[in-house]
Amino acid sequence: MEASVATLATIRVEINGTAYEREVEARRLLVHFIRDDLDLTGTHVGCDTGNCGACSVILDGTLVKSCMLLAVQADGASIETVEGLAQDEELTGLQQAFSDHHALQCGYCTPGMLMSATALLRENPRPTDEEIRRAIQGNICRCTGYWNIFEAIKAAAEA
Amino acid sequence: MTETTVTPTKPLVVEEQETKPGWAGQNVPRKEDKRLVQGQGLFFDDVKRHNMGYVHFVRSPYAHAKIRSVDVSKALEHPGVYGTLTGDEVATLTDPFFQISSPPGAFLKDYCMAVGKVRFVGEPVAAVVASTREIARDASELVEVDYEPLDPLVDARRALDDDAPVLHDEAGTNLTWEGVYEWGDLDKAFAEADRVVKISELHFDRFNSTPLECDGALVEYNRGTGQWTLITNNQFPGFAVIMMGPAMRVGLDKLRFVTQDIGGGFGNKITSHPQLVACCLLARKLNRPVQWTEWRTDFHLSMSHGNERWFLDTEVAVSEDGTLLGFRTTALDDAGAWLRYEPLGGVIWAQVTPGMYRWRHIRLDFKQVVTNKAPVSPNRGYSRMQHLWFTERLIDIVAHELGLDPVEVRKRNYIRTEDMPYETPNGCIYDSGDYAKMLDAALELVGYDSLAERRADAERRGNLLGLGIGSTLDSGTNNFGQSRLINPELQFSGNNEVATVKLDIFGEIVVTLGTTPQGQGHETTASQVVADILGCSVDDVNVRAGHDSYWNSYAGFSGTYASQFAVTGLGAVKGATELLAGEMKKLAAVILGATPDDIELADGQARLRANPEAALPFMALGAIINANNAGLPEDLDVTLNCRYVYRPPFQVPDVERKYGNLTLTYAAQVHVAVVEVDPETGVYEIVDYAAVDDCGKRINPQIVEGQVMGATAQALGAATHETFTYDEDGNLLTPNFYDYHVPHALDMPPLKTGYIESPSPFTSLGTKGMGEGGGAGIHAVCAALQDALRTHGNAIVYDSCNPYHRVWALLSDPDSARARVSVEST
Repeated sequence: MEASVATLATIRVEINGTAYEREVEARRLLVHFIRDDLDLTGTHVGCDTGNCGACSVILDGTLVKSCMLLAVQADGASIETVEGLAQDEELTGLQQAFSDHHALQCGYCTPGMLMSATALLRENPRPTDEEIRRAIQGNICRCTGYWNIFEAIKAAAEA
Repeated sequence: MTETTVTPTKPLVVEEQETKPGWAGQNVPRKEDKRLVQGQGLFFDDVKRHNMGYVHFVRSPYAHAKIRSVDVSKALEHPGVYGTLTGDEVATLTDPFFQISSPPGAFLKDYCMAVGKVRFVGEPVAAVVASTREIARDASELVEVDYEPLDPLVDARRALDDDAPVLHDEAGTNLTWEGVYEWGDLDKAFAEADRVVKISELHFDRFNSTPLECDGALVEYNRGTGQWTLITNNQFPGFAVIMMGPAMRVGLDKLRFVTQDIGGGFGNKITSHPQLVACCLLARKLNRPVQWTEWRTDFHLSMSHGNERWFLDTEVAVSEDGTLLGFRTTALDDAGAWLRYEPLGGVIWAQVTPGMYRWRHIRLDFKQVVTNKAPVSPNRGYSRMQHLWFTERLIDIVAHELGLDPVEVRKRNYIRTEDMPYETPNGCIYDSGDYAKMLDAALELVGYDSLAERRADAERRGNLLGLGIGSTLDSGTNNFGQSRLINPELQFSGNNEVATVKLDIFGEIVVTLGTTPQGQGHETTASQVVADILGCSVDDVNVRAGHDSYWNSYAGFSGTYASQFAVTGLGAVKGATELLAGEMKKLAAVILGATPDDIELADGQARLRANPEAALPFMALGAIINANNAGLPEDLDVTLNCRYVYRPPFQVPDVERKYGNLTLTYAAQVHVAVVEVDPETGVYEIVDYAAVDDCGKRINPQIVEGQVMGATAQALGAATHETFTYDEDGNLLTPNFYDYHVPHALDMPPLKTGYIESPSPFTSLGTKGMGEGGGAGIHAVCAALQDALRTHGNAIVYDSCNPYHRVWALLSDPDSARARVSVEST
């Protein structure tokens, strides 16, 4: 196979309120753009196939897996990542609930879990147990068995 | 599965014991959490260096093939490519890794990449380094490898056939290690037995815990000092470095391992040393930092599969009343293509030889073979899980065949609390526990008394209900002397771990650990132990995150693996803190004109017991020693920087008899699963589940329960879906999370947890290592399925992994499963 010549494009995005303008290869994944080009390393990569959800971010108000989008597709978008949740080191209720309920161990899936749960609670501030489970169905955690994550999201919703 | 999780707020059963107020035993919030919930953790892939290159490995598409040639010239011409590494270079620059095995396994020539031949799909044959991940991947496709395909060996049961392809010509056989273990008097046991239950074949499936973060490293080479720094998530640097140093022909101090946060390990990150060597060679060759992040597919194809094991021609000697006398079997272990940590699995199982039971006559012929599949390496519950699944399977098959109640058979044969400490037939010492009590607690949690009604209720809905028990041990703190049962030439024994605790200039308490935590909360639990001894708050204790082998808190067995932190890591922390406390009292005594015995540490001060007003804050002590020490007595032997090496009390085992204490502590798990099976389809659901754990004294109960939950979830995944399945050509059919189905949120059954605390008499804190107790769950599901199927064909469950299609096969053709078992009266 002959390697193709990369195509460059200039994109502008706003992430957690900060505007960025960068030249990127057209085939660069959004998650690699966020992590490698912008050094926002809270967003993680856990698979090659869009299954694990560790890279979940909120793009123009919609929860997306940033490994399933090209960076150029995000041109002009406003993106929220895990780094944007806490304000001045003040944890959100959801972040605090994750700690209180021991909903994280290694912490690798946690940014994606938090973004999925944040998107859920914005849409549906009083989710049922079933709705909580469905909301994080696209996020894999290998440490906790999810039970404490359910509890944490429920507690944050009730707070 | 929509039932709410039930977690009792109060313990079901608590041992009577003296409790002293303090930090240990409390659910102290984890220190790690604040950074991790803000995306401020530091994982290896988060670290960048100026001008670093990205590594991509070219991997074999064949399970078994000769390499005729590797041509990297086109890749090197690709813009953005910095350089390559091939097997031929590796064979020149390095020596094969040291082999743990005695011959013939000892003859394997294992390099960091394939040399001359590939032996599994996904084996690295070359590496490409480029300016971006994408270019490295593109250019790797330009590497031209000319293969001559060979017949693959996929089924371990064929490995010893005369016409089986031989993987390693140097060994001349696929049987790389064999050990016959026999204790007691088998002839007598079988002569005295009323019944002999024979089982032709049981199979423990191949899977692993698939940590969400894959392996990787950022490797820098310091040309001036000849020293490499590896920022990596390898979880057992002590092991990696003794593999890498000799292979790379450098002293161990040239290899500095650094890590902060690790995205799960579960044993799967112990054997990344081959790739790390390749990265070291590349960093030196290209004179730039190199970064390797394993792709998920690469992880599945090549990294740390759990040991697949067959149990062949098993015979169990049992009395009419269900008293178990003994068993004999052949364990055929499929190691995959290389012995990266093996054949240690060939002895690790013996830590739990009798499982939880009092049988005294046991023979196990352990044969380990190589196949054209990914190499196996430790996976949570390593090698004990396979054996415990086997012993539990024996209990339920015996009960099934003799028409006995599995609960009664367990209670009749469990090692009793009054027998503790209990010496097993092979000389291991079970330290403490009460298995029957745990079983009662677990049964109560799932409402065992109303089982008949629930069975009837399920039947009314057309479903089959079954209940199954899994009772297992999590042996912790290895005696590495057991490696001599594998190879008497090895010079390993005992165990150790290190911690340093110091009081710094402004009174900061600073702790360094030798461990490499992957979510177990070491920063938190270490703080709890330190705060109790120094009489301060956990907030005053600064535990450095992660690991650095250039800190002086590192010994040969440093790392996080094999259920031991609560014993070895915290034992080291306790030792170092007690040394520091002693020095602080000595110093305070000099300043306050008293003797050290007059001094107490409390409220962040060293003060006179008799007169608390006469007090020195920690800050004063730290400042005096570190920056204001003129006039102190010459003979005052105080540094306020204390290092302690914890060393468990082990002897070298008797190699001839294969006898001796192989681990220090035995945490226990009893799990009960209740399943409902649709007899038309084999689809089933876990409708109720209880996990009762006993790991002795719990320093942080919430963290302990988290480990129990996580291990349980992994067990349920392994029991129901997770499998590394190969086709007949040696292609892995489950190379990513599409095909390899790990549990998702909607898969989780309701979970009820309980515990008892049986403090270990052998550890300084009464703790036991824990975290690997998931094997119970694999068996509980197997037993529940077998119970459910009793009225529909009465099949025997013979595999550890039972996806719906296998349950359907058991329902539609129970006779072929039943044919594996027979009972003889003697």
